Amino acid sequence: MSAIIEIKKLTKQYADGYRALDDISVQINEGEIISLLGPNGAGKTTLISIICGLTTLTNGSVTIAGFDVVRDYRKTRSLIGLVPQEMTLEPFETVLGTVNLSRGLFGKKQDRAHIENILRQLSLWDRRNTQIRELSGGMKRRVLIAKALSHEPKILFLDEPTAGVDVDMRRDTWTVIKDLKRRGVTIVLTTHYIEEAEEIADRVAVINGGKIILIEEKNELMKRLGTKQLCVELEKPMTDIPKSLIRFDIQIENSGSRLLYRYDASMKSTDVHSVLAALATENIVIKDLQTYESSLEDIFVDLVAKEKN
Amino acid sequence: MNIYAMRAIYHFEMARSFRAPLQSIASPVISTILYFVVFGSAIGSRMTMIDGVPYGVFIVPGLIMLTVIIQSVANASFGIYFPKYLGTIYEPLSAPISPWEMVIGYVGAATTKSIALGLIILAVSYLFVPITIAHPLVMLFFLFITSVAFSLLGFIIGICSRNFEQLNIVPTLILTPLVFLGGSFYSIKILPQVWQTITLFNPAVYLISGFRWAFFDVSDVPVTLSLVAIGLFSALLLGIVSWIFSTGYRLRN
Ligand SMILES: Nc1ncnc2c1ncn2[C@@H]1O[C@H](COP(=O)(O)OP(=O)(O)O)[C@@H](O)[C@H]1O
Ligand SMILES: [Mg+2]
Repeated sequence: MSAIIEIKKLTKQYADGYRALDDISVQINEGEIISLLGPNGAGKTTLISIICGLTTLTNGSVTIAGFDVVRDYRKTRSLIGLVPQEMTLEPFETVLGTVNLSRGLFGKKQDRAHIENILRQLSLWDRRNTQIRELSGGMKRRVLIAKALSHEPKILFLDEPTAGVDVDMRRDTWTVIKDLKRRGVTIVLTTHYIEEAEEIADRVAVINGGKIILIEEKNELMKRLGTKQLCVELEKPMTDIPKSLIRFDIQIENSGSRLLYRYDASMKSTDVHSVLAALATENIVIKDLQTYESSLEDIFVDLVAKEKN
Repeated sequence: MNIYAMRAIYHFEMARSFRAPLQSIASPVISTILYFVVFGSAIGSRMTMIDGVPYGVFIVPGLIMLTVIIQSVANASFGIYFPKYLGTIYEPLSAPISPWEMVIGYVGAATTKSIALGLIILAVSYLFVPITIAHPLVMLFFLFITSVAFSLLGFIIGICSRNFEQLNIVPTLILTPLVFLGGSFYSIKILPQVWQTITLFNPAVYLISGFRWAFFDVSDVPVTLSLVAIGLFSALLLGIVSWIFSTGYRLRN
């Protein structure tokens, strides 16, 4: 796979002296979906802003398809679409008006058919003549995506595209992203939901304190880091784990009234199903069920601990 | 060159004005009519002729200049400040556009609106007083260059302002007094000698005088001096804009 974005020894120090990015080097491959995973303040938005030309860099370089983002900004920027983190839209403009403006800004001739296509795909076509201030939050987010796609970019950046949106909107966004990938668009998205990275990314880069602390194929990462717990409250306490359940990694807690099953988040739900089926076969009555997911926080603690070793 | 981008910004800015026609066209036209009623008819009828021109006619060039200057600054400064305020500026900043292409889009739109406004006010004036224009081409040139220069000034103010209050400081505290005291409604020749000399430091004097010469063939200062002055002023503004862009000042972190 060939790298479409090459980030070399990139450092960003803001005017107040704060070092938001510290000597970052990453390659992003053409056609992949890469997720930048990190807590608030990690430097995700700063990294994207430098690549898109919104923020100046202090040291290092970024090239896109071989062109430098500072020197050859016309070439690099016309390849990029950006969905910003904040909902920034002109309230009195219409949906169609603002999407056409985007296409023009990126140096493309108006193309009604293409714009109609995008708006239909994002369920915005019926609202094309509506002023943006009349739209709901989810709709506004779609407009931002439509604007970013208006000039047919080769690379799409989405900065926390699903923060604070409802489930439907999140699914729709994922569908759009997967569809773009199918058409060969490279996608970089930031998120602090591990679930999101899990759902759509090919690779995950974990960023914290301005440094990339890990970059890996998602499947590998999930296997290593994502553990879930199934917690089963029992009607009657038990002293020993029945034979049929021994092959699962199960512990007894709370003087026998609770079973804890640890499993891999990347595994199929059939594993949970097998545990529950086994419990039923043993005629063990379940009072309550809960699952816990290892949070990003846990993962960081894990990662940092491992880095120290 | 990114022609499509310049065109897109230009159209967007023009559309913004048409969305609020009351603010962009009706309000300057109404205040102009008020000036005519008060200065032209009520007071003007008791004034003597200035340089052989009846007072009601004499004030037409000054009135046009006043509106064009104030509206150029207001339009252009708001045009660039508002996207900064909303955050929508992220888009032109991340687009393949050079800073000067942005200037052409924003300042071009503000200039177009000012010229249109100047011509509308001239047309409205015809309803009140008979006017003959001695040098129509020179008149149009002054209208054009004034609109460009003050739209540039507005652009600079919009970029440098951090809030709405700062946006209004220069127009209210500097521009309006300078234009009023620059002979919009009188010839500086009627001032005492000392004030005449002091007034010559007011750049608005050269503009208004030159513009008036285009109408009536009479002026307070030689018309060539007016042309040199507006030329220098425009050059200074262009210098400031390129300095702003070379530093990334207040647009990019
Ligand atoms: N304009 C700025 N000036 C100074 N510090 C900033 C600026 N923008 C962001 N920062 C700081 O840089 C760090 C990274 O911010 P950001 O890239 O927005 O993080 P993320 O998007 O991962 O939440 C934060 O600590 C933030 O406070
Ligand atoms: Mg962010």
